[in-house]
Amino acid sequence: MTHSVQAGRKTRNAYLFLLPAALVLGAVLLVPIFNGLRLSFFEWPLRSISKPPVFVGLRNYGELLRSEYFRASVRATLIFTFSVVAIELVVGTILALLLEGEIPGLRFFRTLYVLPIMIAPVVVGVVWRFMYHPSYGKINYFLGQLGIEPIGWLSDPNVAMKAVIIADVWQWTPFVFLLVLAGLQGVPKDLTEASRVDGANYIQTLIWVKLPFISSVLGLTAVLRLIDSFRSLVVIFNMTFGGPGVTTEVLSLHLYKTAFISQRLGMSSAIAVILLLLIFALSFVLVIRGVKGEQK
Amino acid sequence: MTFLTMRQRRFLGLFFKYLVIIVGAVFVLFPIYEMIATSLKLEVDAFKIPPKWIFTPTLSNYTEVLFESNFFLYFMNSVIVALTATVGSVAIGALAGYGLARWQFRGKNSVIVGTLLLRMIPPVILVVPVFVLFNRIGMTSGRVGLILIYIALTLPFNIWVLRTFILELPKELEESAIIDGCNDLTVFTRIVLPLVAPGMSVAGIFTFRIAWNEFILSLVLTNRTTRTLPVAVSLFLTDTGTEWGKITAIATIIAVPAFIFTFTAAKSLIMGLTAGAVKG
Repeated sequence: MTHSVQAGRKTRNAYLFLLPAALVLGAVLLVPIFNGLRLSFFEWPLRSISKPPVFVGLRNYGELLRSEYFRASVRATLIFTFSVVAIELVVGTILALLLEGEIPGLRFFRTLYVLPIMIAPVVVGVVWRFMYHPSYGKINYFLGQLGIEPIGWLSDPNVAMKAVIIADVWQWTPFVFLLVLAGLQGVPKDLTEASRVDGANYIQTLIWVKLPFISSVLGLTAVLRLIDSFRSLVVIFNMTFGGPGVTTEVLSLHLYKTAFISQRLGMSSAIAVILLLLIFALSFVLVIRGVKGEQK
Repeated sequence: MTFLTMRQRRFLGLFFKYLVIIVGAVFVLFPIYEMIATSLKLEVDAFKIPPKWIFTPTLSNYTEVLFESNFFLYFMNSVIVALTATVGSVAIGALAGYGLARWQFRGKNSVIVGTLLLRMIPPVILVVPVFVLFNRIGMTSGRVGLILIYIALTLPFNIWVLRTFILELPKELEESAIIDGCNDLTVFTRIVLPLVAPGMSVAGIFTFRIAWNEFILSLVLTNRTTRTLPVAVSLFLTDTGTEWGKITAIATIIAVPAFIFTFTAAKSLIMGLTAGAVKG
């Protein structure tokens, strides 16, 4: 019976179900990405967008490799990405370990922790810009109460990156916390109890029982956060716009500025291609795991 | 610790946990509190140092923002764009998710892998090519283009989430419906859709969040009349610089859906955030 029903469901119908998605993804994502790739071999100033672009081969890429500006932007991206991911993973995991188990009222607080993740990046940028304000921002006020001199959070080239990192840590540590907490809830109770009975203390149970169990969740959380912070843009855009100088100008912001401030669409597309390749390389880990999950 | 009784130790542990939770909550909530409080203060109170912790709240920032002619326009743009994109993306995502869940065909695995990869595309990469494309066909500064992009950006996640939900439904229901004379489309609309309602709410909330919050594409692809709220608040920030009362009022309004979703649908949110990472 099942066989005949399956046979009645023609493959053609599967394609019909997939058609609208294929059309939208093709027209709005794939075609533009392909055009962007093509555009990266052209020189095309934004102000003469009505004229056809001029083919320059690999010149944009060559110029990028030699550009100090581009290198500074790669450096800023790496510092930002690895700092936020490391801090968020450590703090989020410690919080999750401290707060696992049945605690009356935890559910409510867990709900509160979702708020920063849901709030628009623009709003996060705006709010932190206000909090960092040199004269009436609350952060310098609190530091002043502790006897610390006012800090030029967004104007001091040595501090601006830290300021941007703090805002990201505020927004995304809860994400790590929630994922690790969910992972910990999957650790079988018998396992931890058995290790207790065998005389293991808390640290031993943690290292030998819990961490191996949640290692895949941790790894995945790390990759998700890496990809997301690698492409992070809007909070920085609205907090510092890359400044002071180019100290917080991460790759995606550099891409935007190259297109709409320096007005070089071809060059900007070359940066886009590089950014996309880096992100796909990072995503590969996720995809492989996703496919493995399918086969189980 | 050894001289403490079990009960004392448990009490101390619980006390410590609550301490951590409360300190964490203060850190998480303070910036949000600061935003809302500033939006309810008169300009003179907002800049007082030492801060005026106790103040008489006023809605004057909100009334000023609301009656500035363009705010309502931007608000409606945001609502229209986000709602249309959400409905479109969830509907198209459910169709595709069903196709991928219930049929076997050649190339299916590459389609699934491709979808996962598309999910990672940073919106900023689309800025230039989509700007060029829309410029050529005269669609820059329209809302339709923005809606289409938001549908495309959110589709990969929705296809994937809805497919996962559909895979968990028992096939037998659909099979008996086919025997009863339903075709594939009516099986989908009458049997599958009602059963994946929880999945559609996860997908819907995530789509709405992205479309409502999105900034960079809206900045490049809209003009004075089609602008959405995130762009409006950002331009306000650079234009006026010091009118923090009004700026935080708009920021608070942008954050309202986030508050609503967080407090009414926390379970779906946590499910959506952890989808894939924990379940695999």
